[in-house]
Amino acid sequence: MTALLEARGVTKRFGGLIALNKVDFILEEGRIASIIGPNGAGKTTFFNVFTGLYVPEEGTVSFRGAPLLGLRPDQITALGVCRTFQNIRLFRNMTAVENVLVGMHARVGAGLWSALSRNRRFKTEERALWARAAELLDTVGLRGRANEIARNLPYGDQRRLEIGRALASRPALLLLDEPTAGMTQGEARDLMALLRRLIADLGLTILLIEHNMRVVMEVSDHVTVLDYGEKIAEGRAVEVQKDPRVIEAYLGRRKWTPAAGGDRA
Amino acid sequence: MIKGLLEKPVFATGLVVGLLALTAWGVTRSPRSIVLFMLFQASILVLYFARIPRWPKALLTAGTLGVLMPVLGTINAYYMEIAIQVGIFVALALGLNIVVGLAGLLDLGYVAFFAVGAYSWAIFGSPQANQMFGGSAFPLSPWWFFVFLLVGVGVAAGAGILLGLPVLRLHGDYLALVTLGFGEVIRVLANNLDKPINITNGPKGITPIGRPPIFFAPLLQALGIDPSSNVIYPLYLYALVLLIVGVTVLVNRRLEDSHIGRAWEAIREDQTAAQAMGVPLVRMKLLAFACGASFAGAVGVLFSAKQIFINPESFTFMESIGVLAMIILGGMGSIPGAILGAAVVTILNLQVLKGFSLWLNELRNAGTMILGYNLANLPTQLEPAKYERMIFGLILVLMMIFRPQGILPARRRTRELQESAEP
Repeated sequence: MTALLEARGVTKRFGGLIALNKVDFILEEGRIASIIGPNGAGKTTFFNVFTGLYVPEEGTVSFRGAPLLGLRPDQITALGVCRTFQNIRLFRNMTAVENVLVGMHARVGAGLWSALSRNRRFKTEERALWARAAELLDTVGLRGRANEIARNLPYGDQRRLEIGRALASRPALLLLDEPTAGMTQGEARDLMALLRRLIADLGLTILLIEHNMRVVMEVSDHVTVLDYGEKIAEGRAVEVQKDPRVIEAYLGRRKWTPAAGGDRA
Repeated sequence: MIKGLLEKPVFATGLVVGLLALTAWGVTRSPRSIVLFMLFQASILVLYFARIPRWPKALLTAGTLGVLMPVLGTINAYYMEIAIQVGIFVALALGLNIVVGLAGLLDLGYVAFFAVGAYSWAIFGSPQANQMFGGSAFPLSPWWFFVFLLVGVGVAAGAGILLGLPVLRLHGDYLALVTLGFGEVIRVLANNLDKPINITNGPKGITPIGRPPIFFAPLLQALGIDPSSNVIYPLYLYALVLLIVGVTVLVNRRLEDSHIGRAWEAIREDQTAAQAMGVPLVRMKLLAFACGASFAGAVGVLFSAKQIFINPESFTFMESIGVLAMIILGGMGSIPGAILGAAVVTILNLQVLKGFSLWLNELRNAGTMILGYNLANLPTQLEPAKYERMIFGLILVLMMIFRPQGILPARRRTRELQESAEP
């Protein structure tokens, strides 16, 4: 196994607040890994560093051995890292299939002249784009809703459309920011099945931010726990679950064993 | 019953042809009746909405705009003038539609690009350039007009990029303010670049600006038409405007229905998400500014040739707002909307309100009584033409309350997804 994504000593500050403090992180290819932690632990900040939305003050991030820092978000997407957002950010007034098509932008070869002259290259490519968009919508189970406007889709469909849109850029690494937020347990389970299928079919690596512990424990090979911008634990899901520091971060200083039932009262 | 008939293409075609023929005949019978000309315009609108198969519709449109309109224009020269102005504003509205409607970059200084195009031909197509370079090499031969149509496109696109570069990081209100400033800067430059080197001749403006040559004069003579007749030139300008509008519509449609148009719309919807999905923001925004500006540049060149005289007064902030109002009224991001919005606003300003004033005047002169009030006593301040802007503003307000999406809002294309053939 080789490291697909590697972060070393990443520090990100917002004024006096240290959102990430010297965090090291390694993600191996072909895995599903999760980042968990209480609200405000720096999970989304970490994602934003990976995708070029934030530039950290210190540290390095590399993808397949090549440095990511200093690249623009669209360049990082072109390299093969794509993401979804915690608070769904679809192109709300565009149709589902158009959302997916925009996701392919980094893979479009045609330029301005091709679009204006409608040459054969443009037509062939455009046809291929639409065909692949149809396939992707199929993958995320939205084929029948291709022409619906994104904002009119039900919540769960919007979440899945965002995943479809992210897949459109042919990423090697997919970053999902709370993909099951607001979903029922059943919907969440279906989504996890989809993610496993993606890994098997497309050879994807997936990194999740997740609050739903059942999902995390069920699906991830590797869990990293952040708290107040610091990595406090990592390892296999079962191990992390038992780590006293993790329990403390989530529940405060109190004796509690998740195995005993997981009732947080 | 009637609705069922209208669904039938044959009946709809017949109806449209009948309407067009009837109204056009009406205009030929009484060329000064504004109401009849407006009915003719309305039947063009009916043509647009009628359920007629594609090719007959295209043929009818070409016939109406290419034959009927010029014929009516020779009968009443003012109608030709209206048609030309509508064309100019349609091209402007379509250009701004790319920037504001598609890419969502609010541009309040759009007329600056129009000015840049107009001045580029005005300076070199008149003796004005001699002031800069000395000698008497200018004005350039009128043939250069056609080259300058492209130069106008290039210079305006360059100005678009120039405006785009510093404002890339801005959006929303901040962007709008900077573009407003840019528009004013261009106008002030035009106003003041008469010293130390006289480039624009300042507020006095530039004249006489060369006009494109009537290269088909021998043909006309062969047909027994006098090419110097003052009917010919407006027709010629009309044909040029029609050509530019045609190209503009084509370019707009092709851009809109491509990865470029989709990227613009994605930027409009959520630029952070767009960039995270691989859309290069800087390049796409600059492209939007450049494309939008280039149309304004081309019509600017044509405008200066049409007017023969231009000065900075033609390129005020109100013009930018006017074009913006056209696309808001028509429907943001919608090509038919931009065309209709431009036509409605231009016709409203040039024809309806002026016509209404004329009509009131006639009533006043005739001393007509309304409800016991003699219109002869009506003060001249109450002429609609005097409060054109107010009526226009009222219409805008009412539109925004009752139909905020515009007359012809952008509709999402729906497309059958094909079964993917290859694995």
